Amino acid sequence: MNENRHWPLYEVFVRARGGLDHKHVGSLHAADARMAIDHARDLYTRREEGVSIWVVRSTDITASDPREADSLFEPARDKIYRHPTFYDIPDEVKTL
Amino acid sequence: MSAAASYVLRLADLSLVLGQRLGEWIGHAPAIEEDLGLANTALDLIGQARLLLAYAGEIEGRGRSEDDLAFLREQGEFLNPVLAEQPNGDFGQTIVRQVLIDAFQLELYERLATSADARLAAIAAKSVKETRYHFRYSAGWLMRLGDGTEESRARVQSALEKFWPLTVELFAEDDLDRAMAEAGVAPRLDEVRAAWILRIEALLAEATLTRPADRTYSWFGKRGQHSEHLGYMLAEMQHLQRAHPGARW
Repeated sequence: MNENRHWPLYEVFVRARGGLDHKHVGSLHAADARMAIDHARDLYTRREEGVSIWVVRSTDITASDPREADSLFEPARDKIYRHPTFYDIPDEVKTL
Repeated sequence: MSAAASYVLRLADLSLVLGQRLGEWIGHAPAIEEDLGLANTALDLIGQARLLLAYAGEIEGRGRSEDDLAFLREQGEFLNPVLAEQPNGDFGQTIVRQVLIDAFQLELYERLATSADARLAAIAAKSVKETRYHFRYSAGWLMRLGDGTEESRARVQSALEKFWPLTVELFAEDDLDRAMAEAGVAPRLDEVRAAWILRIEALLAEATLTRPADRTYSWFGKRGQHSEHLGYMLAEMQHLQRAHPGARW
């Protein structure tokens, strides 16, 4: 089938409750952004999963290259001083 | 059947018949996303119909349940407007039928939410939120198809010509409508039409479609006079309960 006869792919992000982040929940096909919101509403929030939806064209997402994982992420492995684990946490602080 | 029960039945049958029609798309829609979208709207409509049918049965007071009313009435006892029972046709026809009825239900429910009948007001207040989304969905599609390709535009324009005369019935006030309006239960239909036509004209302009000429029309589904299509639809919808009376999940 001719490529431009397919609706473009959109990635869907849903905020479950006020105060939480939008989380990626999946993707869908739609002809335009408004249709993508409608489809996301019908596909991903029909059981009251969210209070806000973001959609973004999948082609507008730039992803890191898995083949570069070595150089992108491994150098952080031995930099344990970047983890804030050397502080004494006051007893009064219940959750951190 | 009392006037009040008949009036509630008109509202119920509009939702029930349209919901059943939309359900026929399941498994056949142009994309799986539309399959779900149409099914969601269908389920909203069936849900509205259930609340209204149960209420109509209570007002009638003969012990008929929502299921009795949905599955055991004959064609001539159904009080939906003829527009709702029209076959799905192509996707464009389904969308045009949907837009015309969504806009009608939207204006109607908004006004019924302040009805003197508290039960009806509560059902309308719940339904209007669903209907606002139904209209957003169908209006979005009408704009895409109307302002789309030459073929999509021609198809929805011809669907509009076909269904426009059937909208006359929605607003043709008869004795029952008048009695309900006078009792403060229902809004005046000329007021509903004024709001409806504004909404539809704005949408048609955005969809680059032409409003068809108004024509007279004299079929009244809301008094039980239906087109040939309703009987076939009911045969399918009611088959199970007719063949196996009382069957349950």
